[in-house]
Amino acid sequence: MDDILLLEAIERYLNGDMNAAERTYFEKLRKDTPEIDQMVVEHSMFLHQMDIYSVHRNLRHSLQATHVKLLERGDVNEGGELTTKGRVVQLWNKYKRVTAIAASVGGVIALIISGLTVYFSPTVNNSQIQQLSKDIEVIKRNQQYQGTLINEVKSKIPENARLISGGSGFLIDTKGFIITNAHVLKGSGAIVVNSKGEEFNAIIVNIDLEKDLAILKIDDTEYEVLKSLPYSIRKANTELGEQVFTLGYPRNDIVYGEGYLSARTGYNSDSLTYQVQISANPGNSGGPVFNNNGEVIGILSTRQAQAEGVAFAVKSKNILRMVDELKNSDTSIEKIKLPVRSTIKGMERKQQITKLEECVFYVKAFNK
Amino acid sequence: MGYFYPPYRIKSKTVKADTNEQALLKGLANNDSKAIETIYKDNFTMVQSFILHNNGSYDDARDIFQEAMIALYEKAQSESFVLTCQIKTYVYSICRRLWLKRLQQLGRYSNQVDNLDETVPVEEDLDLHEKRNAEFAIMDRAMNSLGEPCKSLLEGYYLKKMGMQELASEFGYTNADNAKNQKYKCLMRLKKLFFSQYNIGD
Repeated sequence: MDDILLLEAIERYLNGDMNAAERTYFEKLRKDTPEIDQMVVEHSMFLHQMDIYSVHRNLRHSLQATHVKLLERGDVNEGGELTTKGRVVQLWNKYKRVTAIAASVGGVIALIISGLTVYFSPTVNNSQIQQLSKDIEVIKRNQQYQGTLINEVKSKIPENARLISGGSGFLIDTKGFIITNAHVLKGSGAIVVNSKGEEFNAIIVNIDLEKDLAILKIDDTEYEVLKSLPYSIRKANTELGEQVFTLGYPRNDIVYGEGYLSARTGYNSDSLTYQVQISANPGNSGGPVFNNNGEVIGILSTRQAQAEGVAFAVKSKNILRMVDELKNSDTSIEKIKLPVRSTIKGMERKQQITKLEECVFYVKAFNK
Repeated sequence: MGYFYPPYRIKSKTVKADTNEQALLKGLANNDSKAIETIYKDNFTMVQSFILHNNGSYDDARDIFQEAMIALYEKAQSESFVLTCQIKTYVYSICRRLWLKRLQQLGRYSNQVDNLDETVPVEEDLDLHEKRNAEFAIMDRAMNSLGEPCKSLLEGYYLKKMGMQELASEFGYTNADNAKNQKYKCLMRLKKLFFSQYNIGD
C-alpha cells in the first residue's frame, strides 16, 4: 500500500499538483533518499514516453481519418475510378455559384446584344439570304467532288460517289467471297483493292450487324480466281497467350502487325470476341487475325480508346456460323466453301506473309 | 548511404518557409485537423506517384506518407524548429529517404529511383524520427500485451486523462481506491514490459 501512495505522490509532484509545503517536504525526501530520487526520474521519463505515445497515437488516427476523408472527396486517388467523378462533382460544388452567375450575366448580355442588332440592323430580304447560302453550299459540294476526283484518279468508285469509310477484308472462298466487318461498310457500295493496288468491284452479299460481320463478293471480270487459299478458318476457341499476327490496311499499303491473345472475351466480357494485344489502327477493321499455324482465329474489329494496344477480334467460329445461316436462309446465293486446310503451317513468317498477302484486301465503302 | 544523394542534388536553401507555410506547420504542431488536411492534400499525390513509379503500391504510399507527416510533426514540435525549405521539399525528401530504405530492406531496390526533384538532407531528422518510432513501437507492444482491463484502465488514466473516480464507475469498481490499487498493479506490469525492451533498445 505504501508503494501505491509513494507512486501517487510522485505523480502529483511531477504533475505540479502539490502545494508549496508538500513540495518542499517531497523535495527534501528526494534529496535524502536516493531510491526515491531514482524512482522520480524513472517515472518522469516513463510518463514522458506515455505522453509522446498518446500524441503519436492520436496523430496516426487523425492522419488515417484525413486519408479516408480525402479519398472519399476525391482529393486523393488510390486507383479507383470513382475519384474523377468525385473531382468533377467537387469542382461543380465549388464553382456552381460562380457558374450560375456567369451564365445568367452571359444570357442577359446575349439578349441585349441580339435585341440591339435586330433593332439597328437594316432590314434585308430574307429569301435573298437563303438563296445565297444555297449557292455557297453548291460551291462547297463542287469543291468536295473535285477533291475526291483528284484523290481517286482512275478509281472504280462510280463518278459522283464519295468515299466514306475504309477497312480490311480477306477471302473466305477462292471464288471471291470476302469477309469484313459490318461497320466497315457504311455506304451503299464497296470496292476492294488487293495488295498490288488492283481494284475490283464488289457486291455486298450479306451483313450481320449483331456479329459485326459482312460478306462481299468480288464481281469483276478482271478478278482471277485463285487456286486455293493458304489458310483455314479455326472452328475451336483459341487459348490465352497464343501468338497471333494480322495483315490490314490502316494506310494504302498493306501493314503487318503481331501480338498475342490476351483474353478469351472482348470488351465488357463480350463472348463473341477475343481481346488481342496488338497494335491496331483505323483501317485494320475486318483484317484477319492468324495464329502461327496459319489459321484464322478472328477478325480484328475494334480497339479500346483509352488503352494502348488493346484490340478486339470477332471469333472465327462466327464466320462459320454466318456462312451456315446464309446457306440455310438464302438458296439463291452461290455456296460458299470455306478453306479447310492451312498450307503455310511451319513456314517462316516472311514466306507465310507472301502467301497471305494476296488474300487480304483493302475495302473501300462509298456512297452514291 | 550518401549514395542516393549525389552532391549536385543538394541545394542549400536558407530562405525561410513563407508565412502561409509557417502557419500550416504551427497548426500541425497543435494537432489542428484543418492544417493536417491541407498539408495532406497538397503533398500526398506527389509522394504517391513517386512511390508508385518506384516499385511501390498504394498502401506503401499511404504508409510512407503518413510516416513523413509524423516526422514533420515532430520537427514542427521541437522548440528550435526552423524549416529552411518548403514543406513539399521536406516531405518529399523524407519520403524518398524512407522509401529507399524500405526498398533496400525488402531487397527490391530499383534503379529507377532517379527523379531529379530537389531534395534536402534529412538524415538527422530521420534518425530522431526512427528513435521515436522505435519507442512508440515498444510502448505499443507493451500496451497490447497487457490484456484487459489493464490496457483500458491505463489508457483511460494516462491517455484520456480521466479521473480515478470516473474510471472506477466506468469499470465497475466499488470505489476509487480499489481502482487505484488495480491501476498501480497494471502500471507496474506495463513499466516492467516497457523498460525491459527499452533498455535493450538503448
